[in-house]
Amino acid sequence: MRHLLRRLASGALVLAATSVLLFALAEIAPGDFLSALEVDPRVPRETVEALRERYGLDRGPAERYLAWARSALTGDFGYSFAHGRPVGELLLPRARNTLVLTVLASLSAWALALPLGTWMAARQGGWVDRLGLGASAVLLATPQLLLGLGALLLAATTGAFPAGGMTSLGFAEMGGTARLRDLAWHLALPAAALVLGSLPVLVHHVRSALAEVLDAPYLRVARGHGVRPARLLFRYALPAAANPLISLFGFSVASLLSGALVIEVILSWPGMGTLLLQAILARDLHVVVGATLFSAVFVVAGQLLADLTLLAADPRIREPA
Amino acid sequence: MKRSASPRPALAVLGALYALVLAAGWIAPYDVHEQNRDLAWAPPTRPRFVDAEGRFQLRPFVYRQVERPGRFGQYVEDRSRAYPLRFFVTRPSTGRRHLFGVDGEARVFLLGADRFGRDQLSRLLHGGRVSLGAGLLAGLLAVALGIAAGTAAGFYGGWIDAATMRLGELFMALPWLYLLLAVRAVLPLDLTPAGAFLATTAVVGTLSWVRPARLVRGVVLSAREREFVLAARGFGASDLYLLRRHVLPQAAAVVLTQLALLVPRLVLAEVTLSFLGLGVAEPTPSWGNMLAALRQVHVLTSYWWASAPAAALVAVVLSYHRLASALQQLLGKPTP
Repeated sequence: MRHLLRRLASGALVLAATSVLLFALAEIAPGDFLSALEVDPRVPRETVEALRERYGLDRGPAERYLAWARSALTGDFGYSFAHGRPVGELLLPRARNTLVLTVLASLSAWALALPLGTWMAARQGGWVDRLGLGASAVLLATPQLLLGLGALLLAATTGAFPAGGMTSLGFAEMGGTARLRDLAWHLALPAAALVLGSLPVLVHHVRSALAEVLDAPYLRVARGHGVRPARLLFRYALPAAANPLISLFGFSVASLLSGALVIEVILSWPGMGTLLLQAILARDLHVVVGATLFSAVFVVAGQLLADLTLLAADPRIREPA
Repeated sequence: MKRSASPRPALAVLGALYALVLAAGWIAPYDVHEQNRDLAWAPPTRPRFVDAEGRFQLRPFVYRQVERPGRFGQYVEDRSRAYPLRFFVTRPSTGRRHLFGVDGEARVFLLGADRFGRDQLSRLLHGGRVSLGAGLLAGLLAVALGIAAGTAAGFYGGWIDAATMRLGELFMALPWLYLLLAVRAVLPLDLTPAGAFLATTAVVGTLSWVRPARLVRGVVLSAREREFVLAARGFGASDLYLLRRHVLPQAAAVVLTQLALLVPRLVLAEVTLSFLGLGVAEPTPSWGNMLAALRQVHVLTSYWWASAPAAALVAVVLSYHRLASALQQLLGKPTP
């Protein structure tokens, strides 16, 4: 329990520090959202000044950070000038969409990587192993960007999948199961591209984690006792190799989000990545800060989840000697 | 079952690729900005050896591509006249020597043309300069920053170490691409080509200091306590001398391996930024903004030659991965 509280506190501290860092970064940016109005001869100077005062842009950086932090704590995360709404309202549905995409992709990737990596580790040097290693080396060298374009190509040539977006036109009128089916249909390609992007790293780690365990004497004993190979691998070896893999899950959240950003933009999935890109092009800095901070929230949450899983899986960590 | 991997094949491939890109001005037959509006999305020109009468010619030649009458964007070869392919030609428009070219109306587009009828091969080679150059420079910058930060943290310890490592943790808490875009958001959107190249390189390189810094810190921490270092210190060696003579040479293997791992990532970072319209922009070619043309579905499905930068990119990343794993086997795995 103490362990958990300490982790939570350190996560919150990291997020707070990140927000200061991001806000300071936004402070360095030349000009603000109203700078474009300043050079417009049709807009009188007084109007710009009045707008600045209204939005609080004339105040000092520290004062503005505190105002922003207060609004972040109430869930607003500042104000989007381009959309004329609190950032939180924009960000939350986008974060939910990114969460749906990344959680599904992450679950599928692990569901594929665990048996695949285990199989390869059990047949080290065999043709399965070599084929797997070769394929994962090529996949590892294929950037997420190209996987996204490949998915788009697949959608365009076969016509079996939508070429982007998250829902069909009549989504609002659909019933519950039809909605779910429509969502799954739209989710398939972006999730598949993301799975392919993260699979090689996972398979590699699962394989090497298991390969280390498979040489252990207790496994040779179990084999000598006639334990079936499948049970040997999944019941005896995999739990012993789990710790580094659980930590890997914590680390993999960050790269998964980076990959998701590219996929979201290419397949026009309405997630945080697309929002961030639009915000950058519109110089909507509060949205940029909000979206980036949210991505850090995801990473910290992923690490916390990994910690909790580790705690549940390994009594040595639960009860330190 | 341990196969000893040699870094030579990967180095040879990478060397060839960098040489091609460096010699882009000579190999590329056309200027990257030279447009042929009547040859938009023209397919690759085929060098031919057998002429209209069925006779074999030693000197390859090409036919001129003309738009099929009444059909936009479809091309047929005009077989009435053959244009011989000439080598080591001087182009009158630029006065520069090129590896090959054709005279007259014909164009030789070995990798087809883009939407403005610009030669895709020339753009690929010149774009490689931008993308590979940015990746290499950013990698060197990241490693230099990493050595500086890692050495300071590992050698002096105390609050310097704590501050550096905490800052590194903050950097690691953000997904790499989100961080990259957030920093990019601060810079002006419209930059000159040179400015965009430098800004992209600087941002990408600066943000990648954490991993090399951690690795170098680890090496320095263990090197600091080695007997010969302690002995040298006992003889009155200065910090700078100790670092240069005894400590940093031990980090060379780690730094080299890290560089081989970082450069492809940073090439990809430039490509991704330019792909998203936040890096090097048209009309200056980069592999990223060339690939951005593929975001239009009709380009993606109709013009396969538009994806040439993708093949080049995979070749570069694959070779770097091979190099990195060979170096890891050769020099020992870096301590995490």
